Amino acid sequence: MTIPFPELAAIRLGTGLSPRLAPPPDPAAVLADAAAAAARPPHVTTADAQTAHREFSRLSRARNEAAKAAGDGKVPEAEAQAFKDYRKSLFQVSEGFLTLRLAQCAAAPVGFGERLVQFWADHFTVRPSGPGLHPMAVAFVEEAIRPNITGRFGDMLKAAATHPAMLSFLDQNRSIGPRSPAAVRSRQPLGLNENLAREILELHSVGVGADYTQEDVRSLAKLLTGLNYEPGEERRFFPARVEPGPDVVLGRSYGGTRPPQLDHILEALDDLAIRPETARHLASKIATHFVSDTPEPGLVDALAAEWTAGGGDLSRVYAVLIDHPALARQFREKIRQPFDFIAAALRALDADPARLAGLGPKARRRVFLGPLDRMGQPWLAASGPDGWPEAAGAWIRPQLLAERIDWVMNIPQQLTEPLPDPRTFLQAALGDTAGAGLVQAVPRAESIREGVGLVLASAEFNRR
Amino acid sequence: MNRRGFLRGALIGCSAAAMPWLTPVSLAAVPGEGRLVVIVLRGAMDGLDVVQPWGDPALRSLRATLSAGPEGGAHDLDGFFALHPALGDLMPLWRAGELSFAHAVSTPYRNKRSHFDGQDLLEAGLPGDGPVPGAQDGWLNRLLQVVPGTTAGTAWSVGNQQMLVLNGEAPVSSWSPEADLAVSPQARMLLERIYEDDPLFAGAAAGAVAADDLDGGEGERGAAALAAYAAARLNEEARIASFSINGWDSHGQQQQVIGTALKQLGAAILALREGLGRNWDRTVVMAVTEFGRTVRQNGNAGTDHGTGGAMLMAGGGVRGGRVFGDWPGLGEGQLYQDRDLMPTGDVRSYPAWAMAGLFGLDRGTLERVVFPGLDLGRDPGILA
Repeated sequence: MTIPFPELAAIRLGTGLSPRLAPPPDPAAVLADAAAAAARPPHVTTADAQTAHREFSRLSRARNEAAKAAGDGKVPEAEAQAFKDYRKSLFQVSEGFLTLRLAQCAAAPVGFGERLVQFWADHFTVRPSGPGLHPMAVAFVEEAIRPNITGRFGDMLKAAATHPAMLSFLDQNRSIGPRSPAAVRSRQPLGLNENLAREILELHSVGVGADYTQEDVRSLAKLLTGLNYEPGEERRFFPARVEPGPDVVLGRSYGGTRPPQLDHILEALDDLAIRPETARHLASKIATHFVSDTPEPGLVDALAAEWTAGGGDLSRVYAVLIDHPALARQFREKIRQPFDFIAAALRALDADPARLAGLGPKARRRVFLGPLDRMGQPWLAASGPDGWPEAAGAWIRPQLLAERIDWVMNIPQQLTEPLPDPRTFLQAALGDTAGAGLVQAVPRAESIREGVGLVLASAEFNRR
Repeated sequence: MNRRGFLRGALIGCSAAAMPWLTPVSLAAVPGEGRLVVIVLRGAMDGLDVVQPWGDPALRSLRATLSAGPEGGAHDLDGFFALHPALGDLMPLWRAGELSFAHAVSTPYRNKRSHFDGQDLLEAGLPGDGPVPGAQDGWLNRLLQVVPGTTAGTAWSVGNQQMLVLNGEAPVSSWSPEADLAVSPQARMLLERIYEDDPLFAGAAAGAVAADDLDGGEGERGAAALAAYAAARLNEEARIASFSINGWDSHGQQQQVIGTALKQLGAAILALREGLGRNWDRTVVMAVTEFGRTVRQNGNAGTDHGTGGAMLMAGGGVRGGRVFGDWPGLGEGQLYQDRDLMPTGDVRSYPAWAMAGLFGLDRGTLERVVFPGLDLGRDPGILA
């Protein structure tokens, strides 16, 4: 089967086919979609998220103090309610963000940009450690990831590694140079936390296969000291917490000046971003995500070469990806992850964005949050900093496929009225790429609901 | 509704490469009465905090607040080790000889201390100090390949998390007590049709249909629900089950982090015991983790990634009431790279000895097929 470029690009690189939006005529349209997504204003800013975090901490303290003052240890009604209401509103920020992201995927011209937001947000996975940081996890995607998806990788690495959401998630907030002035002054034992340093090397840049040692992890952890997030402070760099002395990471020496400077950390991240190991690691990751669990070596080579030639210019790397024959040769070797699956379903169903936006918290849970969780991809809650798995077998297992089937049979009718004729819908969702078995089965469904469900449950639709 | 047709047309379980049509589902063909449950504790459990070596004189200077032994509420086990307070519910099992531990154990993984590579190697059960490229199968699956009479119903992967330890050529079943497959008979028939040419989808769908029949514990969550579901399968034709408990990565505020995770683990063990009833006597539960954590506590009342750690064994089938392994000591020069507990035993040898006893595997098969390259060593006598 030879698939024309527009359908191939919409299915493999975008968020799928739509009955209303024409697929991209050429590679330029795919790149333009990414540029438009990068330019979209943030849903939540880091500054707003920090204000919310502070307010949550204040209400939490007020609640505890009121309980103490009350004498019997019970929290008075007013303080308890204020705390609860605010906490709920914070959860609603991140839950509402899910609906918004799904709607953006469904309505984007191509969806490549939103796919990139999803891909890079997964590469730099963060998980909010408590309600106070839920808006921050949203701001992370919107301000550290989104504006950087088409630029230089070094800029995204710096933005992600220094963002409050990452500093909190990977314990950098707890890391202080053991011989720093702040630690020397303190009566409590303070020390290094290696978590962020380790993951920057292992996951974010050169990759675990690269030739680095525990000593490099330790040195990078020392170099990163001073980088902290305090809800009450605008700055992210606290010179008094910096471990004195220069630090050698992968053979290069950084820092050691007095006073210490944030720039030395950024310099190290810039260097990491363009190392050949990083080019290779990320080329392989992009190819694995967009093309195949076992991508053609030629594709990975081409992406890595372009990464190095362009100094980590991501748009140049995407241009190679969009044009590469592996895209057609390895068609449908990937599984749509649950978020992408629901997004593609909404796009194929042409679900009304206003209706999605209007879903209340309970409906949102029933149609999106709960199902995503049971399909194996709980929203903003990857089990570790390595993010979601890529392998097809990780997503299509009995219990997870059952949930996809349950969703396609029951949820679309709650989001689109009336449901489309299944035969028309088959064409809208899959173009001419449906297999003979599916083409025969759809008209034989006993109801429109099940006919539409079959299209969405098909291997063709669940793959890309 | 034509359930049989669905089953005939595809394999049971998720192992797409296997031969579904040849898989007999028969209660007669079970490999004995022994039962093995493997719980993978993801995130690196701090063995020194769970089984605290409070008799080691060096411990106090390395950990100012963590792992304080009986003074900190831990339950003394044998005058040297003490059990973390959050596992207090398991003390009756310890006293009944149904609970034991192995200490200072590790996989062969060394030095990079990555959770993900560490877990891959733990579940692959292969030699080498790093991940083995292209390794796709796990040691529980290789066990299934050598025990006669196993079917897809012999082993269950429970919960939403993928269990590499069960991956491989032998068909296995996979389900989560949360899942449900409520579609009309006609839709089932059509689903069978549309998945026909895609083995991955055909296998998963057939597995879903088969498992949906057996369901129990719908809507429940947490490790205890997974354990209850596993117990129900083990009371039928299953002999092997595996699931995950996450949440062990205690870089900071370890008391809270590990307390929550240990409560999950304790509840899972108790749910297995309750659910298995008389079969508990023939069961061995093993809870293993990718590596231990640093011997010194860090500046955040937590610990970082380490090497040697501990594992838990429970069940009527274990010789309980003891801590197995050679204690390396925590003193000067006794630590691994002056930071981690020195591993003195291979964590793989414990499940290997359990398999020898439960399923009658010989040393050669264990050392060459199930855990290639493993030296089983002397029988530690872990089984009752």
